[in-house]
Amino acid sequence: MSLLELDDLSVTYRIASGDVPAVRGVSLSLEAGEALGVVGESGSGKSTLAMALLRLLPKDARTSGRIMLGGEDVLAMKWGRLRAVRWAEASIVFQGAQHGLNPVQRIGDQIAEPLLVHKIATAEKARERVASLLAQVGLPAWRARSYPHELSGGQRQRVMIAMALACEPQLIIADEPTTALDLMVQAQVLTLIKELIASHGISLLMISHDLSVLADTCDRLAVMYAGRVVETGPSGGSFQHPYSQALAAAFPTVGDPASRLAPRGLGGDPPDPQRLPSGCVFHPRCPVALDTCSTVEVSLRPAGDRRTAACVLVLEESC
Amino acid sequence: MLEATELAVEFSSRGRRARAVDGVNLSVGAGEIVALVGESGCGKTTLARTLLGLERPTSGTVSYDGSPLSYRGKALKAYRRQVQLVLQDPMGSLNPRQTVYEAVAEGPRIHGLPDEEKVVSEALSRAGLRPPERFFLRYPHELSGGQRQRVVIAGALALNPKVLIADEPVASLDASVRGEILALLLRLRDELGLSALVVTHDLGLAWNIADRVAVMYLGRIVESGPTEEILKAPQHPYTQALLSVLPESPTRIVLTGEPPDPTRIPTGCRFHPRCQVVAAGNPIANKCHTDLLPVLPATPDSQAACHLL
Amino acid sequence: MSITWTRRRIAFRRFWASFRTQRAGVIGLAILLLAVLLAVIAPLFIDEGVTNVVSGTGEKLAPPSWDDPLGTDESGRSVLLMIWWGSRTSLLIGFLAALLSMVIGTVLGIAAGHFRGWIGAIVMRITDWFLVLPSLVTALVLAAILGGSTVTIIAAIGVTSWPSTARLIRAQTLAVEARPYIERSQALGGGHWHITTRHVLPNVAPLLLASTTLEVASAIVTESTLAFLGVSANKTSWGTMLRGSYDWGAATSGAWWYILVPGLCIVIVVMAFTLCGRALETVLNPRLRRAS
Repeated sequence: MSLLELDDLSVTYRIASGDVPAVRGVSLSLEAGEALGVVGESGSGKSTLAMALLRLLPKDARTSGRIMLGGEDVLAMKWGRLRAVRWAEASIVFQGAQHGLNPVQRIGDQIAEPLLVHKIATAEKARERVASLLAQVGLPAWRARSYPHELSGGQRQRVMIAMALACEPQLIIADEPTTALDLMVQAQVLTLIKELIASHGISLLMISHDLSVLADTCDRLAVMYAGRVVETGPSGGSFQHPYSQALAAAFPTVGDPASRLAPRGLGGDPPDPQRLPSGCVFHPRCPVALDTCSTVEVSLRPAGDRRTAACVLVLEESC
Repeated sequence: MLEATELAVEFSSRGRRARAVDGVNLSVGAGEIVALVGESGCGKTTLARTLLGLERPTSGTVSYDGSPLSYRGKALKAYRRQVQLVLQDPMGSLNPRQTVYEAVAEGPRIHGLPDEEKVVSEALSRAGLRPPERFFLRYPHELSGGQRQRVVIAGALALNPKVLIADEPVASLDASVRGEILALLLRLRDELGLSALVVTHDLGLAWNIADRVAVMYLGRIVESGPTEEILKAPQHPYTQALLSVLPESPTRIVLTGEPPDPTRIPTGCRFHPRCQVVAAGNPIANKCHTDLLPVLPATPDSQAACHLL
Repeated sequence: MSITWTRRRIAFRRFWASFRTQRAGVIGLAILLLAVLLAVIAPLFIDEGVTNVVSGTGEKLAPPSWDDPLGTDESGRSVLLMIWWGSRTSLLIGFLAALLSMVIGTVLGIAAGHFRGWIGAIVMRITDWFLVLPSLVTALVLAAILGGSTVTIIAAIGVTSWPSTARLIRAQTLAVEARPYIERSQALGGGHWHITTRHVLPNVAPLLLASTTLEVASAIVTESTLAFLGVSANKTSWGTMLRGSYDWGAATSGAWWYILVPGLCIVIVVMAFTLCGRALETVLNPRLRRAS
């Protein structure tokens, strides 16, 4: 049984001008100890997906489908059980500066908060645990008395990771953990994440717009476009879906003569969720679209070694 | 064309002097794209702003076409027609209360150029927004990120500059849209002979469009030269480390620590506290602690500022 | 240039559509327009003569009756007609004083926000100094020294109430100038005049409008206060009527109409301005926040 299984998950926001389908029928699975990367651009629904997993969406969002965490459906959980699950079984690493840190509370208190809330430790034990967590993320213990503004971006992100580890969860959801960080600091944070999930045996669901970051850290990748998953597969392999291929081309490999003085991108823009194109949502921008693509919607098909892709062309090739 | 000579820019930060740019020689030739690469705090944005005349250097000169920049009203205004700016955040770069037409027409209006509508249409077409009339009355928030950046570029093109200085021009755009904007910059170079100085932290971008690369660390250029040479065979340890953390690199050299504070510049070689070669116990390391390195000249050849070479 | 006007027309229509939803504001606006209209058309029906002490037609301090619907004052003048005629003075002084305050406040506020360094610092110190001065006392002193004519009253109120506007405008200027498009404008070659008039002023204008509306309300009250305190040499305004009611013991002699009517007028008009001003803030501010 997988640790996390999403079964036809859909999330729709209700706003004044109508319904906005942010996530449309996503099914994914994550095994224990595995690292899955979800990549997508603006409007792909990836952040909504991350928030939906622990029911952290705003009130005007309607969810359907199932989110099976360790065999239990998160969407059907009672409030008390949900609170127990949050942080103790699955925790989130947000983009440090914006979401996670209270500017008027010391770091140590913030890390200790889930320990005290979930009654895992008393106040003194919590202090010891905080010191050990800070050591694991590479920060000196005296930092527990600092305020967030005294730390740099990279250090704040380490604090977010320490917070996520506090209750020893089985699953960590990392939402854009390295955006807005420098290259070198990003490398430090990613190395840290990789070491920690390996040593603690934690599963990782990492969400990012940066394909190169995910390819490096995760075993498997899922590509999202306009609320749907259009491709899944191991991170080492080559992409089959035209969108994934175009996305990969947008992150040029340094040293590759093919991309020298030849930037490649897609025309057009990610679609407006309230005005999605008919048929395959990607067809207006697809370089290899067929006539049928504007009328026929394609679901994920097998496309090679442990890979699935939602494209008519893939279906034809594998026939 | 555009040249910085022994440029230094100092700021007062929290009561101490911060040398954001501490001795830089850099030149951008006609029809060439130079990528200025570095992490945050290295001074690349300050350097770009000083080259534009938005910041006055503490010492050193900025020259354009051989003559040094004059900071007096009329001369500075005339300079603006030659060298233009494209900023990172297209949403912030445009006044949300102005239409696309007004945003692009702002430059021509300030300089009193004739035939305003024609200039605006042409600039919008050049930037890839066709037909231009369709965009005249649109507001920035009605456009996508890529379109907004094109409007900003059109606004710069409306003055017919010779040099474009772009500060992270695609950093806040979606990955699939970046290629188009970068291709636009290349096309402008080919069609109009436009030179560009692109400030970025993204080495892939430099590989994609730059003719030359200059790597900055803590206010100095530590390595510069043609893109192929620098990015395929870097000489300076910092450049080597930056390239090694890219996903396609086989080895990883992850530097410890964070980019240091420009108010506390290390002695000797300013990179030595984080240098992986020094950390590995290289015998020349003593020199790195004590001896200063000279400022690199603005030659187009490959060069690096390191005691180990 | 037609594009600018098209844009302005569309923007105004949008603004009106959202202002219409603010019921309180619309009511306030209606009251204001009515008051202004009445003040403007007054000369068609009556003239200065209603304030003439000698020609008072009614009995002295007579309660409301069919002849004088709002009663009479101590000289037999009709309170209704006095109110009507007095509204011209009160409203005029209110508007002009607020206008003066707004102009001074905007110019100095933008200057303080735009010019950093010693110019900005000097302007701020001047503003602080004026801010700390007790405005009513200063206005009183100024009016007493300069004589209480309309012009000097306007000057007195305007000169003492601009600091709060200036601070507000300065804060807004600083916020606007932190935006990247200001730097872009500089890079395009824009100078101080261009940036302040083309970018800062349009962004500051909505807040200014809302603030001015509230300023007018405050100016009317101040004018009434000054008149009540006896500084105003004006013939008739609502404030002078209140003064009259005080002087002639209207309270003790039971002439409630003499106190109530001018007082109510002040309250109603001030409230109308306040409702309108608040509604403007609500409509314009979210857009300001959204747009910026």
